[in-house]
Amino acid sequence: MPSADTPPAGMIRGRAWLFGDDINTDLLAPGAYAVAPLAERVRHTLEAVNPRFADEVRRGDVLIAGTNFGCGSSREHAPEALKALGVGCVVAESLARIFLRNAVAIGLPVLVCPGVTAAFAQGDPVQVDLATGRVTNERTRTVLQASPLPEMMRELLAAGGVLPMLRRLAESQGAGRGWIDDLGA
Amino acid sequence: MAMTMAEKILARAAGRPTVAPGEFVVADVDLAMVHDIFAATVFALLRSAGFSQVWDRTRLVAVIDHLVPPPTEAAARVHQQIRRDVTDFGLTHFYDCGTGICHQLLGERGHVRPGMLLVGTDSHTTTHGALGAAATGIGSTEMAYVLATGRLWFRVPETIRILLRGTLGSGVGWKDAILHLAGRMGADGAQYRALEFGGPALPAVGVGGRLTMANMAVELGAKFGLFPADAVTMEYLAIRGVEATAFSADADATYAETLVIDLTDLEPQVSLPHSVDRVQPVSAVEDLPIDQAFIGSCTNGRVEDLQVAAEYLAGRHVHPHTRLIVAPASRAVEQEAMERGILSTLLDAGAVLLPPGCGPCFGGHQGLLAPGERCIGTHNRNFAGRMGSPEAEIYLASPATVAASALYGRITDPRRVERSLRYAFR
Repeated sequence: MPSADTPPAGMIRGRAWLFGDDINTDLLAPGAYAVAPLAERVRHTLEAVNPRFADEVRRGDVLIAGTNFGCGSSREHAPEALKALGVGCVVAESLARIFLRNAVAIGLPVLVCPGVTAAFAQGDPVQVDLATGRVTNERTRTVLQASPLPEMMRELLAAGGVLPMLRRLAESQGAGRGWIDDLGA
Repeated sequence: MAMTMAEKILARAAGRPTVAPGEFVVADVDLAMVHDIFAATVFALLRSAGFSQVWDRTRLVAVIDHLVPPPTEAAARVHQQIRRDVTDFGLTHFYDCGTGICHQLLGERGHVRPGMLLVGTDSHTTTHGALGAAATGIGSTEMAYVLATGRLWFRVPETIRILLRGTLGSGVGWKDAILHLAGRMGADGAQYRALEFGGPALPAVGVGGRLTMANMAVELGAKFGLFPADAVTMEYLAIRGVEATAFSADADATYAETLVIDLTDLEPQVSLPHSVDRVQPVSAVEDLPIDQAFIGSCTNGRVEDLQVAAEYLAGRHVHPHTRLIVAPASRAVEQEAMERGILSTLLDAGAVLLPPGCGPCFGGHQGLLAPGERCIGTHNRNFAGRMGSPEAEIYLASPATVAASALYGRITDPRRVERSLRYAFR
């Protein structure tokens, strides 16, 4: 069921937060707070690399990151924290595999866009068009084209992630054919 | 069409004659694992979606291993909820506090079979590739989907073949081989791809070494870290009452890349802070003082690992400025190490013994670091803040290197330390 925390479909505008390569899940969601409530967990998001981030990030802001973003643990806490803090999209040079799956599964928009870190400075106004994958630096007027996500992942993101799909499945039959069957057909 | 191990397993699980890299498939999951950090969340998601049952209560293993015994009231409450969930969903396989680390238990208790498709809420689920299973980590929401339907989507990965050649020297272990590979390939060198180990040295790699290497496949970004199921595998499984047949890739399968590791020339390796792929031979960092040495984890907490450590520490004592922390990977490991005199040797040497579990490895509790402290451990991650302060340093190495380093209070090449053969750990 779409709710207030479902990211807006289409256009995202905010400020760029710049991060380097190999931003791992321990930086995004430190293990020491593994079973702490979400509100406490998000306060420590990325604190080891940017202590101001959790306090100052605003709804719609965009993470611009280097290669292998989200490497490490399978903890969904990592994309969950970014989503809870209002991050509109993560645009990275490359994404770690499990982070990509988890982000899509919970409806946090992510894009892979080679060259993106060179095109932005911290705080630059950024616009992301999720439909086309265009990433614009509104200060420099630079426009980059992200690699398209597979169609199935785009559909999932648009639907707000796996949970709405699972609810629909429970309502329709409790088991059996679901959204992913289109893939296997 | 000839297929790699990963392709064969995904084709079978998806009910297709063949699959090719890049294809998306929906596959039946053979076994799922949840541990205490995520289990309660997964069951809550399942309920909130409207499901009161799991697809097959015999195909899910729940383990309490990360926060054992519970260090806080919050952790105790989480465990309490998990026990209720296990009862409510009628799960047949549940390992409570102190039984061991999930990745040790799945193999040790006979849950894993060659050719399985296995998912777990832990990135180190790749471990089970050691027994020929396509095993990988997923998040809580995707696990809720698996528990509801028994299925998940997968992109068929390309496979990189890793050929092992030669013979390991004395004081060099399989951990050194996988650290070396991490250094060569980088932390995303196998991103979205599977590793498949093979080569003439394969029969010499025991299941312990295979578990160590497959465990760390994810540190290279890999989706799976697969070993063929051969005579070594069959022997391990037979002891655990698991009937299985050999399983490997088709002879003329297509690999994206083939890399060779020459074991004969391999030196002990150390991964430097704060990234697993910052790997150097031990000689590059020798004599760096250490505050803590850690032997344990799903990577290197097995009997053979504790035994190697005991061989270096027998009749000696760790350096007065260094604390040595030992966490067996399971109660069975702990009991065997106790019966063989390994534990008393380690305790005599000054070790602090932790209960079987994940403890310090994921920065949860039991052996965290202060700013400026340096730890060398046998575990699998050295990210900043992984074990307490982000201003602490974590070095990763083999049990031999960690034990030798504990002895001198400095990072030490184990080949320079005499290994005690006075003790027959039988």
